[in-house]
Amino acid sequence: MFGLRKLALTAIAVAAVMAPVASKAQDARAALSATSAIEEIKKRGALRVGLSTFVPWAFRSKSGDLIGYEVDVSKKLAEDMGVKLELVPTAWDGIIPALIAGQFDFIIGGMTITPARNLTVNFTSPYSATGVDVVASKKLADGFKTIADFNKPNVTLSARRGTSAATTAQRLFPNATLRLFDDDAPALLEVTNDRAHAWISTVPKPAFAVLDNPNALFRPFAEPLVGQADAMAVRKGDPDSLNFLNNWIQSRTIDGWLAERQAYWFKARDWRDQQAQ
Amino acid sequence: MSGAIAKPRDAFPWRRVGETAQFLLFAAFVLWVAVRGAQSMGYNWQWSRVPRYLYREIDGEIWLGPLLKGMIVTLQISALALLLTVVIGLIVAVLRRSNSIAGEGLSRVYIEAIRNTPLLVQLYIFYFILSPILGIDRYWTGVLCLAVFEGAFAAEIFRAGIEAVAKGQWEAARAMGLRPAQIYRFVVLPQALRIVLPPLTGLGVSLVKHSAIVSVIAVFDLTNEGRNVIADTFMTFEIWLVVAGLYLAVTVAMSQAVRILEARLKS
Repeated sequence: MFGLRKLALTAIAVAAVMAPVASKAQDARAALSATSAIEEIKKRGALRVGLSTFVPWAFRSKSGDLIGYEVDVSKKLAEDMGVKLELVPTAWDGIIPALIAGQFDFIIGGMTITPARNLTVNFTSPYSATGVDVVASKKLADGFKTIADFNKPNVTLSARRGTSAATTAQRLFPNATLRLFDDDAPALLEVTNDRAHAWISTVPKPAFAVLDNPNALFRPFAEPLVGQADAMAVRKGDPDSLNFLNNWIQSRTIDGWLAERQAYWFKARDWRDQQAQ
Repeated sequence: MSGAIAKPRDAFPWRRVGETAQFLLFAAFVLWVAVRGAQSMGYNWQWSRVPRYLYREIDGEIWLGPLLKGMIVTLQISALALLLTVVIGLIVAVLRRSNSIAGEGLSRVYIEAIRNTPLLVQLYIFYFILSPILGIDRYWTGVLCLAVFEGAFAAEIFRAGIEAVAKGQWEAARAMGLRPAQIYRFVVLPQALRIVLPPLTGLGVSLVKHSAIVSVIAVFDLTNEGRNVIADTFMTFEIWLVVAGLYLAVTVAMSQAVRILEARLKS
């Protein structure tokens, strides 16, 4: 009797000590999965994507809808997940804080992978490659050909706040004055209005700008200044989302869907008649 | 509190202690909400990275960081705009009281147009339309736009101040044979100034806060620098709190300075 009771007590004591050890790991795993953006999307029945307007990544059509490469990617992703899509347009310079604050699930908006951003958010595998290019004013920057030509204290450059183009400009032209704007349009207007020597932005926008305004603008460099890779951004501590998105990107790369969309949006401008003017 | 019962002078000010305690409790609650909110969304506080954006010490020399440089620009713009505001406000107030139909009509149209359109829209009109025509740079575009905006409010404040001066003062001044300009200069404005000082301070504080608008035309003011630092570091909470604190320091200092000035004028 006595021995049995002792044995039972010992068993209970051992179980009591062991149980938390076993369940702690389980709890952590369960908690991590439960708080994953993937679970939230499934529960909600809708995928919420943060993005900002960049032609041709995402911009307004004549009917006022958002269209563009990243919009196509988000639509396809939502379709493959079997949920609805909610696009959340956000100011670009506040888009990472907005992701952390949970305003949406992922950033799918042509975001370039940079170390500074990566310290704050996680990136998926890249799903498109771009570069940073320069458009200069024929009037103010006549004959400018090298990086040194632009890297002078009396040179004013414009870019969009929070973009990798802006950080590239700071890095390559530290002596020039860099003016930052919330959108591409006012930043480019600075150059066409002779207030800045050049606008720094992501490929293919600079080439489009020169095509639209060949009398006032030119591209001083034949090649983009730097190459870069774009990826989706996910909150830190969410391995499930990262795994799902990485595999989705891989599948859509292998079946050629991403390449076909990139060709449509970046290589030509057949979509121009849809663009709101 | 003219009808209050006279209290013995040596009574301990319990009411003030109670009110101070209330305030401190409320402030603590607000702070706690902010901290909890940040915790619940897993925000990673990085206060240690903030000081370098205020100032840096290199080889024993103090270098101002972007935030303090921006604050200096904000102070400069606000000071210049305030001077212009007072000038515009005075001219428009006097015009509105004048007998000339054109002067009165113009000042009325100006006040109504400015008070009933958004400041941001006005700034865009200044920046994209007026500034290329007049050939002024972005800095002065910002100063001018702020002065024109606040000038409309200043005009109304001045008008109220002028009209608050007793009628007998005008009559006495006219009886002494003073010309209208002299009446304004020697009799009415000195008295009106005392009356308009408190609302004018409020306007000055508003102007400092409104000056943040120039960040959209890429003037390197405090708000613009704050947004640039956030774009580089993503320290949204820390930088916005510091920027708000810097604005608060400026406006509180302004209010205190005027309070001292008022006490001097009264004595």
